[in-house]
Amino acid sequence: MPNKANIDVSYFPGCSMGASGNESNASLLSFCKNIGFNLIELKDWSCCGSSSAHSVDAELAFNLATRNLAIAPSTRPLLIACPNCLLRLRQAYIKLKNDKEYLEKYEKKWGKRFEPNLEIWHFFELIDNVDFNLEKFRKLNNIKFVSYYGCMLNRPPDMRYEKNYYGFMERILSTAGGIPVRWSYASRCCGTFLAAVRPEAVTEMVNKIMKGAIDVGAECIVTACMMCHMNLEIRCTIKRPIPIFHLSELLSFMSGSPITHSSMSKHIIDPMPLLRAKGLIR
Amino acid sequence: MDNNQRKLLSGPVYIDTKPNHLFSAEVAQKSHVDFNLCYHCRCCGNGCPFVEMMDFPPNSIIRLVQLGLKKEALGSSTIWICAGCHTCSMQCPMAIDMAAIMDSLRQISLEEKAKIGEPDVLAFHKEVLNSIERYGRTSKLDIMLRYKIKTRNLFSDFNVGLKMITKRKLNLIPSIIKGIEKFKELFKGKRNW
Ligand code: SF4
Ligand code: SF4
Repeated sequence: MPNKANIDVSYFPGCSMGASGNESNASLLSFCKNIGFNLIELKDWSCCGSSSAHSVDAELAFNLATRNLAIAPSTRPLLIACPNCLLRLRQAYIKLKNDKEYLEKYEKKWGKRFEPNLEIWHFFELIDNVDFNLEKFRKLNNIKFVSYYGCMLNRPPDMRYEKNYYGFMERILSTAGGIPVRWSYASRCCGTFLAAVRPEAVTEMVNKIMKGAIDVGAECIVTACMMCHMNLEIRCTIKRPIPIFHLSELLSFMSGSPITHSSMSKHIIDPMPLLRAKGLIR
Repeated sequence: MDNNQRKLLSGPVYIDTKPNHLFSAEVAQKSHVDFNLCYHCRCCGNGCPFVEMMDFPPNSIIRLVQLGLKKEALGSSTIWICAGCHTCSMQCPMAIDMAAIMDSLRQISLEEKAKIGEPDVLAFHKEVLNSIERYGRTSKLDIMLRYKIKTRNLFSDFNVGLKMITKRKLNLIPSIIKGIEKFKELFKGKRNW
């Protein structure tokens, strides 16, 4: 068993984790529990504004993001599961730290002081912040994977001094016996909301990504973003696609929870044949 | 490549609208981006995953703004297709925040009721925001159904929808936040989209 950390963390699931991607949500919760993080869902959290609010109204986007900062207790870190929500909340947070004008707006809007000590954590940062022993994790039995980061590690220039996590998934999963394969599409955007508006064009993009993974001999794609997971699964039309896992699904297994048939059945691209072949599920 | 792009990329450009000299200052002020740092190396467009769907590559939008060609910039499809993925800002040698420029241009085009280059994208954003206003969170099913009805396209994508419902990827019953009445005030007077 990995070392236990025993740390209370507020948890912001976001709309796609909180609802449509519930199998990843469940595995994220079980992984965190396994390594000793006690996730406390942020009470009455609301949508971060998604890709839409900032597209049409800057003030609305700022208010939607900061509402969540205002209700988060500053006594514990805030974990944000979705990379897109993270970007929205962290960008607002950086504005609040650096710009008096925004700070005034915030304090007037929410009737409270801004807490500059509130820590906002990315899922990767949570893993990076604990010193647990990966060697003791369950093994992935030489599963060949490509890491798909999509646009999650891209940042606007005002966040350029944030940590960069390229290679992070490769490091973690290979320590547990996965075999990372290099490929060309690791940071190619999945199409985000254009999957709804321009399905044909996004299908073409997604197929290229899927084909890129198959061509280098990967057996599965690992992503840490629900939106990427969903777009790749629903928009891919090529024959015999390889399965896609959310990083938390593998971590949950590695840290001791079983892979269940019911959670795997929610995948659109069936991962069961691969998991059986690798002896990861019976 | 369409005619607009060809016009911009090859040879002298003959402009048929009058340049608006206040436009670039307006965009700079709204976006907080000093886009005159851009030296048009076109790294942004080379890396942009969506450039093929756009009528102008991203740096040409900066060029249009610099030239004061307001109508062209606001009416372009590029500003709506840009998904804000920040691939370009990671590659830009001058750290230009392209997504912020696109945000500002979309907002100005709505404020000024300009011709919308990609009405379907706007229709989608509207449904997302309506869903947020209604529940405080987004419901994918709600958004997709309403979007499909609005764009008179209910049966396109039917199979994908069905697949997702059976796999329970679409939440059928959205959860509503508790302070929804107070929350709705955030949307007051915000109907220019
Ligand atoms: S990459 Fe940057 S400097 Fe180069 S054209 Fe694009 S915005 Fe301008
Ligand atoms: S932020 Fe917009 S312009 Fe830049 S790469 Fe992404 S889609 Fe293209």
